[in-house]
Order: sequence, then C-alpha cells, then structure tokens
Amino acid sequence: MRVTATVSRPAPGPAADEGLARRLRALACTAPLHDLDARKANLAGEYAVYSMAEVALAAIDLVTLSMDFDTGAEHEQVIGRLLPRVAAQAPERPAEEHERVARWVLENLINVGSVDRGFRAVYGTFGPDGAYVRRDYDFKLIEEVPGPDGGVYLRTTDEAVNVLVGALDTDVTSAQIAAEVKLEVLIGRGRLADAQLAAEQARYRTVQYAESLRRALEATRRDVRAVDWLNRVPDLIAEALEHVADRYRHENAILTNIRRVRDEADADDPRKAEHKRRAAELVDIVKDCIRRHTQLQSRLLEAGPLFRAEQDRQAFAAPPGRAGTDLYGQLLAPLLPMPVADATRVTDAFFARGAGLRNPAAVRVADLVELLLSPPLERDHLGAELPEPELVATPDDSRFTSRQMDTALRLLDLPADAPRRLSGLLTEARTLDPELPYLVTLLAVHAASPPVGVAYRQGERRLLFARDDGTPLDDPEFGGADLIVGTALLDVTGMAAERAS
Amino acid sequence: MTDTPAEPYAPAPGGGYDDVPGGDRRREDRGPAPVTPADVTDAARLVAFGLRTRLLPARDPQYAELIRRHGEDPSFARLVDAVAAGLGLVVLEVSTRAGMAVAAAEDSVFGVRLGDYSRRAAADSTDRFLHGLAHLAVAALAFPRPQDLADDGYVGRISVHGVDAFVRQACRRLQERAEQAGENTDPASESPGLEAAWRVYTRRSATGATKDARRLSGSTTGIVGKAVAFLADSGFLHRTGDEAGGTYRTTARYQLQVRDLASSAAMAELLDLGVVPISDGTPVLLPGDQDEDLADGAVLPYHSLT
Repeated sequence: MRVTATVSRPAPGPAADEGLARRLRALACTAPLHDLDARKANLAGEYAVYSMAEVALAAIDLVTLSMDFDTGAEHEQVIGRLLPRVAAQAPERPAEEHERVARWVLENLINVGSVDRGFRAVYGTFGPDGAYVRRDYDFKLIEEVPGPDGGVYLRTTDEAVNVLVGALDTDVTSAQIAAEVKLEVLIGRGRLADAQLAAEQARYRTVQYAESLRRALEATRRDVRAVDWLNRVPDLIAEALEHVADRYRHENAILTNIRRVRDEADADDPRKAEHKRRAAELVDIVKDCIRRHTQLQSRLLEAGPLFRAEQDRQAFAAPPGRAGTDLYGQLLAPLLPMPVADATRVTDAFFARGAGLRNPAAVRVADLVELLLSPPLERDHLGAELPEPELVATPDDSRFTSRQMDTALRLLDLPADAPRRLSGLLTEARTLDPELPYLVTLLAVHAASPPVGVAYRQGERRLLFARDDGTPLDDPEFGGADLIVGTALLDVTGMAAERAS
Repeated sequence: MTDTPAEPYAPAPGGGYDDVPGGDRRREDRGPAPVTPADVTDAARLVAFGLRTRLLPARDPQYAELIRRHGEDPSFARLVDAVAAGLGLVVLEVSTRAGMAVAAAEDSVFGVRLGDYSRRAAADSTDRFLHGLAHLAVAALAFPRPQDLADDGYVGRISVHGVDAFVRQACRRLQERAEQAGENTDPASESPGLEAAWRVYTRRSATGATKDARRLSGSTTGIVGKAVAFLADSGFLHRTGDEAGGTYRTTARYQLQVRDLASSAAMAELLDLGVVPISDGTPVLLPGDQDEDLADGAVLPYHSLT
C-alpha cells in the first residue's frame, strides 16, 4: 500500500520517521506480553485469575539471570522457579494447572508454534521519496540455543532485555557507572527499595558484558581474522578488567554498608523490619554480582592466551599452494547482503553441483511385489537383540584332581593330640596314589607358615600347622626336613571376644 | 586379480580372457590397442566403484588395482572416461587418495534434486535458501582459506554448531554494519523475496526443544545437521565425534567437488547477477572490513601480504 504525500501536508522526513520506527519496534516487543493476557481467555478453563504478563516478565527475568558464559537457562529449571509465583496468584487451584500456565507462558515467549520461533510486527514508514512502505519487524524474546552437552538452553535476546529493564539502548560502561553512583547515593540515604532496583540493573549490565566477551572469544576460536584483535578486543578486555577491579571495590563497599543497615535495623519496628529484609536481599544480589565479576575476570585472563593459541593454530598452518576460491570472501560474504530471491539462485547452483551423487534406485517388479507385501518393520523398543555369548570351556590344566585333593585333605585331617611326621604321611600317601605325596608335601610346606591371620578373622576352629624340629627327611623322592604336621585347636570364643573389642 | 600384484598389466578379473597377455601386447604394440570386452568390463567396474562413494581404494584390492591400471594404461583411462561420460558422470580425479571421484553431470540420473533432498525445501522458498546456504557454509568453514581448498593434503574439520555459529557471526556483522549506517533493514511486507539473505538466517531459531528429543528439523542447526549427514552419506565428510552437534572431517572427494564444480557453478551464478567478487588469492574474510577494523597502515601479524 502506497500513499503519496499530499501537497497540503509535507511528507515527514526520514529522520523524524526513524525515531518513530524505533519506538514502534520497541512497542512491538511488548506486544507478546499483552497478547498473553488477551489470549488467556482462549485457553480451555478459567484462567482470568492469572496475570500472564507478570509471569512472562518473571520468566524473562529468570532466563536473563541464568545466562552465563557457556549456557543459558534450562526449560525445566525456569518452569520450576516460575511455579511459586503462579501458585501465589491462584493458591486454591491445583498444582498441575499452575505448571500448565507456566509452560504455556514460556512456550508462548519462545513462540513454539511458528517455524522461526519468533514474532513479527508490521509497521509503516515513509521512504526518502515520500512513499509509504509497510515493513516487517522480526524479533525474538527468548531463543533456544544449543548447549555444549547437546541439550537445548534458553537465552533472552537483546530485545527482551530491553523490554525487561527498559531503555537500555545505551553504552554498557556508562550505564554501569551511572547505576553504581546511583546505588551508592541511594544506600547512603537509606532508600533501599531503589537501591535494590539499581543493583539488579547493574547485574543485567554485567551479564551483557560477559555476553559480548563470550561472542568475541567464540568468533576467535573459529577465525582469528573475524575479530579485531589489534584494537577492539584488547580495548574491550582492558576496559572490562578495569571495570571488574572497579566494581569489585564498589561492591565490597556496598556490601559493608548494607550489612550495617541490615544488622543495625531494629526488627521489632515494622518499618525497620522491612528495611532489614530488603537489605538482606540486596546483600544476596551484590554477592551474586561479585561472583559474576570473578567469573568474568577469569575469562578475561584466559582471552589473551586463547588468541595466541588460535593464531598459532590458524595462521601458521600449511604454506599456500595454488590459489583456490575463497569460499567465504568470494561466495558467502557477497551473498548474505543480497536479496534472498537472488541469493537462492547462487545457493541452488552450489547445491546442484556440490551435494554429490545419488545412485538411482532401480526396482524390479519381482522385488516390488515382495517389498509391498512384506509387513512393515516394527520398531523395536528394546533395542537390538543381544548376541548369545559363545562360551568356550577352558581346558582343565590343574596338576591334581579334586579327588586327589580330597584324599590329601582327609589324610591331613589329624586329631589335635596326635601330630605325625611328614615321612609317615608320605609313605601312607604313596600307597594310595603315586601322585599324592607331591600334594601332601605341598600342603605340609604351606602349613609351615599357617594362615593364622585369616583363621583368626574368619573364626576357624582348627588350623593345620607344620614344624621343623631338625630331623632330616629320609625319602626317595623328597629331601629337606621331616616336618611334624599337626592340627591346632583354636579358641573360638576368645577370638570372637577379642575381635569384638 | 590380486593373485598377480607384481604384474602391472594383470589381465582382467573374471573376464575369461586370461590367455591374452594383455600387458605385453600393450607394451610392444604402440598402435591403438584393440579393446576387448574384458577391458570394457573393467572400465565399467571402476566407474561402479566410483559410484560407491564411501568406498576407498585402500579398502578394496580390486578397486586399488583398477585405479593403478587407470594411471598406467592411457587407453584404459580413455575407456573409463568414455564409460563415465556415457552414464552421465564427470570424472574429477582418479587417484589412490580419492579413488574414482565422479560427479553427476547436469541432468544426470545420478544428480540430487532438491525435492528429493527435502520436501520442505522444495515447497518453501525460505527453506530452499536455508538448505542451500547450509551446504555453502559447510564448505566455507571446511575450507576457510583459498589455499585450503587448493592444498590436496588439507583436511577440514567442522561441527554442526560451529557452522551455525559461523554463519550467525557473519550475519551479525552485517546487522551491525547496517545499524551503523542507519539503514532500516526490515523488508517491505509485500515482497519477501527482497529481504536481505542474512536476515532470513538470523530470524530462524538456532535450535528448539522437540517432544521426542530430536533436533528440530526447521531450526538452523537442524538444517545444517541434515546437510552434513547428507554429505557424510555422499562420502564427502567423515563423522569423527558427537560433540558440538556432531563433528566431521572432510574427504578428498569433497575438496574436489567443491573446488572443481560447486564453487565455480555458484560463482558463475553470482557473476550472472552482476556481483563480481575479486580475489587475489589472499584470504579475505570480510572484504570491506579491513579498513574499518585496522588502524591506518597497520598490518596484523597474521594477515598475509600479497
């Protein structure tokens, strides 16, 4: 739709229009919040009691505060923190309904239904030639970003921060300083309600600072040349470091001041009690600010080494061979500012020749019949079938059989009052089995150092022992000492009492 | 065929013409060697190997032997080229590293149509652009500098999230520049085709939660994810890990395809639109930005001078 300016009314200049357009866009950002309250009637059920815009603002608040370097807020976490507020609005309603309302608000802030997951507002401006043009303004309030662990996290957009805190379209540093000065004055005069607001604003600013640094570092990891490391980033780092030092000093001073207010306030006086409560809240906020500054500072200190490492990695790579096409500089970069209809021609050409080849499926009628008649493959919920393990029997390579072992143990099962010489045992064993003397010798030698500790811990009643009294063994197969082998009875009750103590 | 690896002109496998001492014949007889059906079988077999895009000669002795024969026997090489051309294929390179690298010629049955690639992309012009852009961005990040594309030994590494962030970053710079210039980039309502390309990408959300924990197919990471999965299926990328949405490295075939076909086709289209990107071979990430970002006469240590 075009309206030509009439002669009686001079066409509004582009300059005047620009300010109007900016305000229209700012106004548009609040529309989704109003929309929530307008549309709650459409929800099945009686939801008039809930103030949706309030819940939405609280959600934006929560997401903004959870944003840090690596991730944003999690869906469930935001829902969980919203619930107390929703519940407070309608305490008599069931908890499921509260959760439903919280989810509805969050989903609408993301605008889950649309393919872009964003909002669009239409506004009109006059062009330089006086023609009236309707334009689309696309924006998001909460966007979903991929986290390092593959999950989906929420982050508030700049638009949302502007809606939330209002008129923040100013330089980060100056706004921060102003907020600090304000905070100090406010605390000095004891106006803690305002002080809390100022402190919260300062915290949003801190988050924005961290966010811009995060973006610069991320871009550096991809390509050092995409970020100006000669001026812009070093300036940013220097500024931010100075700022951290400054803020740290301020906040510690503030902390001392408010703590005094908090501790000195008289809890019995209701007005002072309110004072005390606010001061306590403020202490928490300022503590959080300090935590965020420490985090920012450590990231700032890592920035330099990261740049040098990335420069080494990216710049001193392989020496240039023959010149190739600069895919970014010659294709992607010129393409992005073009109108999308033209750009599509280029991307189509790239896709057509760059996507590779596909082998066309050639179907025989015989296969087709079978294909069509075969029942659909049922999706297996249990996963792939586990292969039956093939068990191979390990060869029995023991020197003695279990029967020989039993015989040997029976032979050595001596009465406690009748120990025997090894030579006698060997002679008897030899009559039973020619292999048996070896096993008996082995057991007797082991018994020379009986497992007393084990027997003590396990509370054994008897223990086989062997003792060398100097008599040499006279045997055709074995040499050494003719051990005295006997069985010792153990004091079970005594041992148990000792173990217990 | 593998039974006589030391014999360079080993007779054709399974051709039944083993009694013909083909190697000796070609070596002595410099005239046009008579083409036997066995030779054609071998040539077609080599092309068939080339169609199995993920197979490498190193994995298959018969494939490797045919590649070697292609390099040593010019008449065989001509035969292979003829078979490929007849099928509607362009031979990009025949080597041990890339194998028999063939690409679909225009209107070939082997070509990939956008409708087969993504139904949404065929129906919706915005999605069509985003899918195409994803392929271009994957290539641009895989070969960030001209010499990377030219260097045969270069292996690019990309991740799905990396590609998305890379394009978003480029878009953000354009947005910042437009804001500095005081331009109103909001498009006119009635003509969506005139909207700047970067805005279309910025507008689309990066990811989104879905009910079944899969990647939201319409999000930009979903679109890039589809592109890399498709390229991996084409033997162009090799999946190396799951972090950052999936990490991949490039193969020799991808480099050839981008260098010899895709980039020139896109460039021709760009020239047709009246945009003439000039490169002197130096990496230019943002052509207009050097003056903006650098102080007068300053040269960054990592900025190559030619």
